[in-house]
Amino acid sequence: MTRSVFIGATAAAAMLAGAGYAAEGDTLADVTGRDQLICGVNAGLVGFASPDANGNWTGFDIAVCKAIAAAVLSDPAKVKYVPTTGQTRFTALASGEVDVLARNSTWTFSRDTDLTLDFAGINYYDGQGFMVPRSLGVSSAKELDGATICVQTGTTTELNLADYFNANNMSYQPVNIDSNAEGEQQYMAGACDAYTTDASGLAATRAAFASPSDHIILPEIISKEPLGPVVRHGDNNWGDIVRWTLYALIAAEEYGVTSANIEELASNSENPEVQRLLGTTGDLGAMIGLDAEWAKRAIKAGGNYGEIFAKTIGEETPIGLARGLNAQWTQGGLMYAMPFR
Amino acid sequence: MTDRAPAGPASPPFRPSMLIYDRRYRSMTFQVIVFIIVMSLVWWLIGNTITNLENLGKDIDFRFLFSRAGYDIPQQLIPYDNDDSHLRAAVIGLLNTLFVSFLGCIAATFLGVAVGVLRLSNNWLFARLMTIYVEIFRNIPLLLWILIIFAIFTEISPAPRAYRGEDAQNLFLGLIAPTNRYTSIPGIVAEHSPGVLQIGRIAIPWLAILFLGLLALAVVLRRWINARAQRVQNRTGRRPTTWWINLALFVVPPVAIWLIFGLRLTVPELTGFNFSGGINVDNSLVALWLALTLYTGAFIAEIVRAGILAVSKGQSEASFALGLRPNRTMNLVILPQALRVIVPPLISQYLNLTKNSSLAIAVGYMDLRGTLGGTTVNQTGRELEGILLMMLVYLAVSLMISGVMNIYNSRVKLKER
Repeated sequence: MTRSVFIGATAAAAMLAGAGYAAEGDTLADVTGRDQLICGVNAGLVGFASPDANGNWTGFDIAVCKAIAAAVLSDPAKVKYVPTTGQTRFTALASGEVDVLARNSTWTFSRDTDLTLDFAGINYYDGQGFMVPRSLGVSSAKELDGATICVQTGTTTELNLADYFNANNMSYQPVNIDSNAEGEQQYMAGACDAYTTDASGLAATRAAFASPSDHIILPEIISKEPLGPVVRHGDNNWGDIVRWTLYALIAAEEYGVTSANIEELASNSENPEVQRLLGTTGDLGAMIGLDAEWAKRAIKAGGNYGEIFAKTIGEETPIGLARGLNAQWTQGGLMYAMPFR
Repeated sequence: MTDRAPAGPASPPFRPSMLIYDRRYRSMTFQVIVFIIVMSLVWWLIGNTITNLENLGKDIDFRFLFSRAGYDIPQQLIPYDNDDSHLRAAVIGLLNTLFVSFLGCIAATFLGVAVGVLRLSNNWLFARLMTIYVEIFRNIPLLLWILIIFAIFTEISPAPRAYRGEDAQNLFLGLIAPTNRYTSIPGIVAEHSPGVLQIGRIAIPWLAILFLGLLALAVVLRRWINARAQRVQNRTGRRPTTWWINLALFVVPPVAIWLIFGLRLTVPELTGFNFSGGINVDNSLVALWLALTLYTGAFIAEIVRAGILAVSKGQSEASFALGLRPNRTMNLVILPQALRVIVPPLISQYLNLTKNSSLAIAVGYMDLRGTLGGTTVNQTGRELEGILLMMLVYLAVSLMISGVMNIYNSRVKLKER
């Protein structure tokens, strides 16, 4: 008697449980539903993502978040920034805690496939380098045999570091740190001889020092680090929105659309590519579930790719990064937006 | 129903309403209902996890443990390099966890017992000082202590290169070099080394085995000598002098090894960026160990104090009346009785210390949480498997500690007949 009751209840519970499973996410609907984009960002890397004195997030990666929010929600301010560490970022994305991860993350095979993430594009072509105090008297990474090196755990840099020292038959002592801020502190205290991370990150870290000229970034770049925004695998429409928002920023620079002249060009541009990009003709927005002016808003949010670069990490800023690989393809760089057609 | 109703014609036939209104069945009914609810919840949780993992395109797969780890670990108790598997990296992490927990438990016990006894001392200054220590350490989160102690080490001590050049820093006593990365202490090498015992890739020096063997032998012999002295005392009323034999047992073998094999100290030397030749004890290990010791020691002190207070005052008064000095009263009368009260909560403190050691990542000490639960999980994307495995390992370690401590507890507890 009790047994049959038990079996029946269990079966009923099982059916209920089956109905209760979380459905496959539709991120666009989630974002518009809550009227807010949740963006996973670096916990603090000057130039890329850091809160300013008033608590407003600014930076190169932040600009991507703002552009997406502007495209989807018509307001670049409707973003909630979730700081993530090297260890928590992919879990935060996979678990749905954030909608998109714009946190200088390297596009690698295993992350794209095994971690079931999708890289929506590349907003910065980077490579791993080393920073040492000038007083150490080291001018090449090849002279670092036996050195103590600070490295963030859970990053590709940790693996590249091991590979580089293996390949050059050198030894080193790792100091594992959890965040860039901790790395900075350890490096400044002299707990490690060298600090290794992406060259852009080194430049940004150095810019925050009291006397940046006392530290040099060694010439060796030991890896390729293509950094870009990441979304969950499986929600292709959301991936498209993030990808093409990024392309819109890059294409805008290519076609000379800036935050200053965008209104003017939207009304009188002769270039059909610009007209399609800004939604004057055609209906590209509808194909990704947005309205016609999505790209226009994204570009207006912080300017085109070149403007964002110049404002946050360019040569005029304390970080002082040259465009290098990140120049437009027409200028000998790798930035190449797919056609808006 | 399996329950047999009382025999006799008066017993009414079973009706469903009796499941609620009849006291004979009611408790059974509610137990079954609660059981069903709990099992449904568990079923739903497991099913939900599996389905969500499927939706993400993930499966549960432990094969990642056998692929190449690719990252380096600063402190290794057994050999490891980045070509080894994630499994070996996890074992390295586990050994680091056990190492710091073991050192922490021992130090915290000594500290806790000393402080707990001193807190009850009649000396006003000592008693107050110990109260301050206990209240400060047990009322501030452990993580802060770990970070503070680590920061003190890295900020105060000099970088290794401060020991070089014109106005170079001198080695402490000419032997020890504290730096902001590690403390370099002298190592020991033998002129005539008998070699090492090779087990797989683990090399154990024969001298260490010999030393530990002699030490164990000394402990056994000491027990035998003391037992014999006790027998002689019981028979004749005079206790033979044994202290010089006991002392010799522990002093002669090390000295003999030292002379026969020509042991000498190797002074750490600054070569390139870092010290070599000695043993470099990482600051992260020392900071973590100190913080765990001081923090848990404060709790143990309170347990010890409570245990001592639990022994009735008459015991110490009787002991004093017999003419025993205060320190013998404590060692022979109070503590043996207090242990009955102290040991069970002490087990919890050991477990806490072991689990708290997982805060190691804050100072970059690569314990199990740092290797398996940190880098491995991150590089392979196997969060669920990694965390499940880590939970299992911590559970197993904790159960083992409490198993061993329970055996000890059953030996010291009051024998009731």
